[in-house]
Amino acid sequence: MAKYPPPEELIKINYSTPVKSWMDTKTPFKPGNFSYPGKPDILKYLGMPNPRVWSPTDDDWQLPPDWQRLVMEKFRSLLKKYRSFKVFMDICVRCGACADKCHFFIGGGDPKNMPVLRAELLRSIYRGEFSAAAKVLGKLAGARKLEEDVIKEWFLYFYQCTECRRCSLFCPYGIDTAEITMMARELLHEVGCNINWILEPAANCNRTGNHLGIQPHAYKDMMDFLCDDIEDITGKRIRPNVNKKGCEILFITPSGDIFADPGIYTYMGYLILFEHLGLDVTWSTYASEGGNFGLFTSDKMMKKINGKMYNEAKRLGVKWILGGECGHMWRVINQYMSTMNGPADFLETPVSPITGTKFDAASGTKMLHIAEFTADLIKNKKLNLDPSRNDNFISTFHDSCNPARGMGLLEEPRYIMKNVCRQFYEMPENTIREQTFCCGGGAGLNNEEFTETRLRGGLPRGNAVKYVRDRHGVNNLACICAIDRATLPPLCDYWAPGVGVSGVHELVGNAIILDGEKKRTTDLRQNPLPGMEDEEE
Amino acid sequence: MAAFYSFLAVLALIVIPWLGVGMGMSALFGIALPYIAIIIFMVGFTMRIVDWAKSPVPFCIPTTGGQQKSLPWIKWSPWDNPVDKKGVFMRMVLEVLCFRSLFRNTSVKLQQDGPKVGYSSEKSLWLFSLIFHYCFLLILVRHLRFFLMPIPGAVGIAEFLDSILQIGLPVMYQSDALIMVGLLFLLARRVFDGKVRYITLMQDYFPLFLLLGIVLTGVWMRYVVKVDVIAVKELTMSIVTLRPHMPTAPIDPSVYAHLTLVCALFIYFPFSKLMHMGGIFLSPTRVLPNMSRRAQWVNPWNDPAVKAHSYEAYEDDFREKMIEAGLPVDKKA
Ligand code: HEM
Ligand code: SF4
Ligand code: SF4
Repeated sequence: MAKYPPPEELIKINYSTPVKSWMDTKTPFKPGNFSYPGKPDILKYLGMPNPRVWSPTDDDWQLPPDWQRLVMEKFRSLLKKYRSFKVFMDICVRCGACADKCHFFIGGGDPKNMPVLRAELLRSIYRGEFSAAAKVLGKLAGARKLEEDVIKEWFLYFYQCTECRRCSLFCPYGIDTAEITMMARELLHEVGCNINWILEPAANCNRTGNHLGIQPHAYKDMMDFLCDDIEDITGKRIRPNVNKKGCEILFITPSGDIFADPGIYTYMGYLILFEHLGLDVTWSTYASEGGNFGLFTSDKMMKKINGKMYNEAKRLGVKWILGGECGHMWRVINQYMSTMNGPADFLETPVSPITGTKFDAASGTKMLHIAEFTADLIKNKKLNLDPSRNDNFISTFHDSCNPARGMGLLEEPRYIMKNVCRQFYEMPENTIREQTFCCGGGAGLNNEEFTETRLRGGLPRGNAVKYVRDRHGVNNLACICAIDRATLPPLCDYWAPGVGVSGVHELVGNAIILDGEKKRTTDLRQNPLPGMEDEEE
Repeated sequence: MAAFYSFLAVLALIVIPWLGVGMGMSALFGIALPYIAIIIFMVGFTMRIVDWAKSPVPFCIPTTGGQQKSLPWIKWSPWDNPVDKKGVFMRMVLEVLCFRSLFRNTSVKLQQDGPKVGYSSEKSLWLFSLIFHYCFLLILVRHLRFFLMPIPGAVGIAEFLDSILQIGLPVMYQSDALIMVGLLFLLARRVFDGKVRYITLMQDYFPLFLLLGIVLTGVWMRYVVKVDVIAVKELTMSIVTLRPHMPTAPIDPSVYAHLTLVCALFIYFPFSKLMHMGGIFLSPTRVLPNMSRRAQWVNPWNDPAVKAHSYEAYEDDFREKMIEAGLPVDKKA
């Protein structure tokens, strides 16, 4: 277990800035502020440069001999490939509007976590290497030379950005530090500086089809296990299709949800929903991962991992794809998928077989979000719901960064929430919807060793949860993201004890009345339903 | 230090022409420099824009600021989350004319007991920035009086509106005072707000001092020495009609200082952050519609050689186990 200070300590945040220029201040690596580096065998498997055993606390990072050339060549090539990168390097006016929008700055107070300064870490090299005037003026003009300390600083701060894009929303030019972080991480890959928590899942996903490295038979076992639980709770045996050809729909969701509490209850919710509808749907073990840690690695890796979705849809001969609750998965699907691996001409625009609604929003990718699908079902009164079964929950809703600022999926999950539970309260408006705060563990930073920084970054979210807990007695934070389901429980325990975390479709699963089910006495977590506390099985 | 150097640079840009004109170099500052400045500005500005515009936009990455277009009964935010050119146009109109994103600005307050993190609306940057930019625009329009013959009606309207308060003689333009207020506020936050001071570089102070210098010399000319406007117009018209000559009536040296500062602004513009003027129209997170799930967005450098690990390879790896678990396989063992 990582050790970290109690909330009373951690909250002592100082937003003042040092007198010395940021270029002259060095932040030491210490346990809790960095993630462990990529392991050599993983780098080798992925064909990435400079595999070695090293630690950020080492003096010598064992960079390749010509590392400066490698980095600058990559820099040049990225500037040629991305207009975003070039424009963002050039037009920042350093107005500081983005400065206090980043959760890591709010919760930590380190000025280098102000998005503008995070970007300056890269911009200073851009100036120092590509602008003659800045080279002459040096530090005064924010230019510096590429030295080993710069690489170290990049590694620290570009793995302290969760690519949440909150800064981009407030920037008058839309400068997106997430985009800059992606570029910086690509530069760091050139010299073999990356983190294992991203690369190992990416490697797993490549071979086994999911981040956790669950092999097909084990996946099936876990699914059966969840079906056993559903049978215990509802009296109905569900027999989901897996890798079945000829179904109408392929369903893909993050693998985290089949494996860990509380994601498994959301998984059970999906199974119950599909059973209730009699949906002609199959799951896949080859494409058993919705998430895509390639997004946090490189455009190539992202494309490679994402490619399985269309591959599998084609092989199984489905008409369209339904996607589960996940944050960054949906940024990839909405903004990258069709560009990288489409057009998916062999699929059709999703049409709900139950309501007949055609989903034009997905007419290009042919991939529909489960929240859109379920909202439409509820609107058309196709679900038999008993919201009182969620009466033990007083809920609020956390918008995940990616569906909020990389898609705009804001209303659909709320509509579902309001229909499947009777007690729902919003957090303060500066912390939800497009202004939502990160869970502190996005972009591959949801690892154990990084917990202290995650908790710091989780302050804005945690504090907003605490606010509704104290005011309305909220005890459940619902979300539509598998990473959230892993990161928010410790965050709530720390900043807002007493609040649990659930998926939206867990609550849907609780509320749905299956045909011929037995009288339920517990919810999907096997906690007694309201009024059933004394009831025996 | 950075502020001091920027200040010195601007001071030099005032003193040099002032002295230079005294030494008989008025043609250099009155004719040669303006031509050089205009050419550098036009060529530089165009080259920057072309350079940006030529670089590819591989992915459709708008930052969505509201509800997506979804089911017909869900209220959509067409301007914060546009799906087509029309929506993007509205989004950009709001950004460029109203500084929409800056309008959202908040400021964090941390209360130790509780603890409580609060976000208060913080519109001062938006307000003063807007004041500065609009005054700058207005002043620019008013200056057309010196470069056009006959003077377009719009210029007259701008002058009329700007002097509607009828203060002083010659009547005071409100924009002259307001632009000072705007610039001084922007400068003050760079000096007094710790966070902003920390990120501020020389190239952030310089344009503020430069613009202040332009305004101050302008005010000096108009309200203090009351320069010979006819003579100035003779000079400016000779420049735009490409028949440059020095006017016969003498011109106060402050005019040359003002002109030199403006030329410095023009020369500096294409190489600086002032290019945000063009960049905002090329910023992918703002000018792209959220359409990549509806239709195909093409990446010109998409590499078809990058392929997913194939199903066949996957099945080869796990076939025995899949059969044992009762999962269907394509090839029997
Ligand atoms: C399409 C036209 C333009 C738009 C939409 C625009 C927008 C903005 C915005 C939103 C800011 C950030 C807020 C601030 O720091 O004040 C800014 C800053 C600034 N703009 Fe513009 N601008 C435009 C043209 C210009 C022009 C032509 C100039 C000419 C001199 C200029 C000079 C500046 C300066 C000096 C700043 C920085 C202020 C500071 O240092 O705090 N802008 N602009
Ligand atoms: S808000 Fe945008 S322009 Fe202002 S400092 Fe941040 S990145 Fe730069
Ligand atoms: S993308 Fe998010 S984490 Fe990264 S700098 Fe911006 S606000 Fe901070």
